[in-house]
Amino acid sequence: MSRLDWQRATITAITPETPRVKTFTLRLPQWTPHRAGQHYDLRLTAPDGYQTERSYSIASPPEQTGEIDLTVELIDEGEVSGYLFDGVAVGEQLEVRGPIGGYFVWPAGPPEAPLLLVAGGSGVVPLMAMLRHRQRAGLRNPAVLLFSVRTPDEVIYQRELEALALADPAFTLLLTYTRQIPAGWAGYRRRLDTAMLAEAVGRLPGPPQCYVCGPTGLVESAATLLQAQGLPDETIRTERFGPTGS
Amino acid sequence: MPFVNKGFHAKRPTDGGHKLPPGQYETQDFPVLTAGPTPRIPLVNWEFRLEGLVENPAKWSWNEFNALPQQSFNPDIHCVTKWSKFDTKWRGVSLDTLLEHVQLKPEAQFVMAFSYGGYTTNLPLADLRNGQAFIGLEFEGKPLAAEHGGPARLVVPHLYFWKSAKWVQGLRFMAQNEPGFWEENGYSIYGDPWKEQRYGSDDDADGASTNSFRL
Repeated sequence: MSRLDWQRATITAITPETPRVKTFTLRLPQWTPHRAGQHYDLRLTAPDGYQTERSYSIASPPEQTGEIDLTVELIDEGEVSGYLFDGVAVGEQLEVRGPIGGYFVWPAGPPEAPLLLVAGGSGVVPLMAMLRHRQRAGLRNPAVLLFSVRTPDEVIYQRELEALALADPAFTLLLTYTRQIPAGWAGYRRRLDTAMLAEAVGRLPGPPQCYVCGPTGLVESAATLLQAQGLPDETIRTERFGPTGS
Repeated sequence: MPFVNKGFHAKRPTDGGHKLPPGQYETQDFPVLTAGPTPRIPLVNWEFRLEGLVENPAKWSWNEFNALPQQSFNPDIHCVTKWSKFDTKWRGVSLDTLLEHVQLKPEAQFVMAFSYGGYTTNLPLADLRNGQAFIGLEFEGKPLAAEHGGPARLVVPHLYFWKSAKWVQGLRFMAQNEPGFWEENGYSIYGDPWKEQRYGSDDDADGASTNSFRL
């Protein structure tokens, strides 16, 4: 495999996604094509030599060459996310290395196979890379994103997802709000359950390849519900994501 | 000139007596990371096996395994996803105890841990001896939860925690090193947190600990 050397990336854009989520666009001196779902490690160094690292999923597709988008959620007391939100500006540099991860990636089998993505909160980030790759590569396999958020201001990439759902009949966006719904909302307003997963699977013409990413409870629950739909374990790939004091 | 992030300082100094490996941070949480669904193993069907390069393969049922001598372990654990957790409280069976039950063939140098659900991870046999590893059955005074690898999990705290196979079903002794699941998916063949051997390419700097294995 290629060496994963630390490199100094330059921040070229900082885009607010929600009140607590920002996307950092980084130009890389040594960009290598990634697979949708992979991540980069980011390292901060203090003047006294103290270093700490975090992993952030890549939100951009490999078709976006020379740079990566890392979408970061602000964590309470977050050592790294707090610094990124308050301490850096466009034009400054950050140390990163990647791309990393060889399992939670799409496609992992035939790209024409149906695709079921299940996200909780900022777990949508690596799944967005998959959807962006699917679109930019011209793939039109049937795809569903079931996206669970607590409140209307937590829908990361909302406009892009809604636009994609309108433009691409093969893509279905299913949102569920677990705490607070937007005005006039007629869709799901509860946590993931059997009926919801059955509907998501039912929107697809055949057994899907599944990717689940979010907080532990949601990932555990969704994976179990997908098993209960009769999907084989090896078609369900999971990644935990979200606040763990990061 | 070394790179410094202007205005960045450690937010949470770690408590005294504990050291963080490079790049890690301390968490009070116990995060759950898995590649797929959590296997649920009925205890009546559970068994643990030692196999491969042994003169006499060994097998235990759940009750037999729980009747083995158990000890308490309080290791610091380090996950490759950057969190470390200090002073975790386990009870379980030392690998030294298990290894007393088999006669290894002389060529046995490596181990593949295999799990319910299909997970595998490889280790040098030497890393399982001398109190360095155990099969965890209880965490913080309770039976180990399924999402943390229960009913039984291999725990090898001096290596990154993916080496501590959840839902462990047995160990296969081997003459040559072979990559397990994450090792085939880009992660270090050995995984020493103090040398920050997170990914396959981190192994190149230190041939000794990788036992001349190359991906």
